[in-house]
Amino acid sequence: MSDSVITEPAPDVVDEHPAQHAGDDHGHDDHAHGGHHSSLGLSNNKLAMWLFLGSECLLFGGLISTYMLYRNRHSAELGPDQLWDIPFTSASSFVLLTSSLTMVLAVSAANRKDLRNTKIFLGVTALLGGLFVAGQIYEFTTFYREGLGFTTSLFSSSFFTLTGFHGVHVSIGIIMLVATIGMIQKEKISGDKAEAVEMVGLYWHFVDIVWIIIFTLVYLIPA
Amino acid sequence: MTDTLETTTAHDDKHDNHHGPTDKQFIAIFFFLAAITAVEVLVSYVDIGPAFLPVLLGLMIVKFFTVVWYFMHIKFDHQLFGRLFYIGLGLAVAVYVAMLSTFQFFAG
Repeated sequence: MSDSVITEPAPDVVDEHPAQHAGDDHGHDDHAHGGHHSSLGLSNNKLAMWLFLGSECLLFGGLISTYMLYRNRHSAELGPDQLWDIPFTSASSFVLLTSSLTMVLAVSAANRKDLRNTKIFLGVTALLGGLFVAGQIYEFTTFYREGLGFTTSLFSSSFFTLTGFHGVHVSIGIIMLVATIGMIQKEKISGDKAEAVEMVGLYWHFVDIVWIIIFTLVYLIPA
Repeated sequence: MTDTLETTTAHDDKHDNHHGPTDKQFIAIFFFLAAITAVEVLVSYVDIGPAFLPVLLGLMIVKFFTVVWYFMHIKFDHQLFGRLFYIGLGLAVAVYVAMLSTFQFFAG
């Protein structure tokens, strides 16, 4: 059966762990049916992902702080006032924000075991991520043509390092999205597909919240 | 592969209500975030005096936690997941505020 709407629960979507849900006020860990669980009954994969994201805060905290420290260390001709294109960066921010919506809709579809819409939303998220990275490449190229290289000043080094690291994270996220679509398509995901999609979603949203900070501190607040 | 839609089951309604926002609520949250982004950009163009920095930082924090709580589902998940993240976030803020203070970043 393809792309049809079922009005009654199929046998394979009936709650498999009603007892677990009954006493679980927070309980979202029922996604992890197929994965390993900690002694608390939580998904080890999810615990590891949140721990990883916590550690990523330290990485980006260091990069953002370094930029804040060196943002005034540039020549009079090649500083943020001369280079920033706020309308363009705002559009990029909107693209990444929209990708967060499509990502959360992919997770929601995966929770409903709606694989068709899961793949569609994951694909749209990857496309929007690609658009954001393309915008960043365009921005870097423009800055370079105007004379701002990686070693031009402390400002340029810290700016390219910060936004470059973020761009690499977005690119890795796109690879994760495309890989997840492929693995769903070929049924290569052992265990719960919803949890696999949720892991990618957590990473993707983290990339979005880092950009929320970069957009405000780097682009909108003048030195 | 079977691509099955089960969007209208009673089970799913119960599932959504129990575990967090529905798709419509996610879309509403997105428009809220987009509106905040528009206000941020607007604020960066108009002169609002000494309120400029607090307003922009406030809007940034609202956007940040809206994504973390709702899109990353931390508000509806087990507390341990949130604690792991907040420990990393808190540590990062503390370490780098201390570092910037050492370099007298806030003095000027």
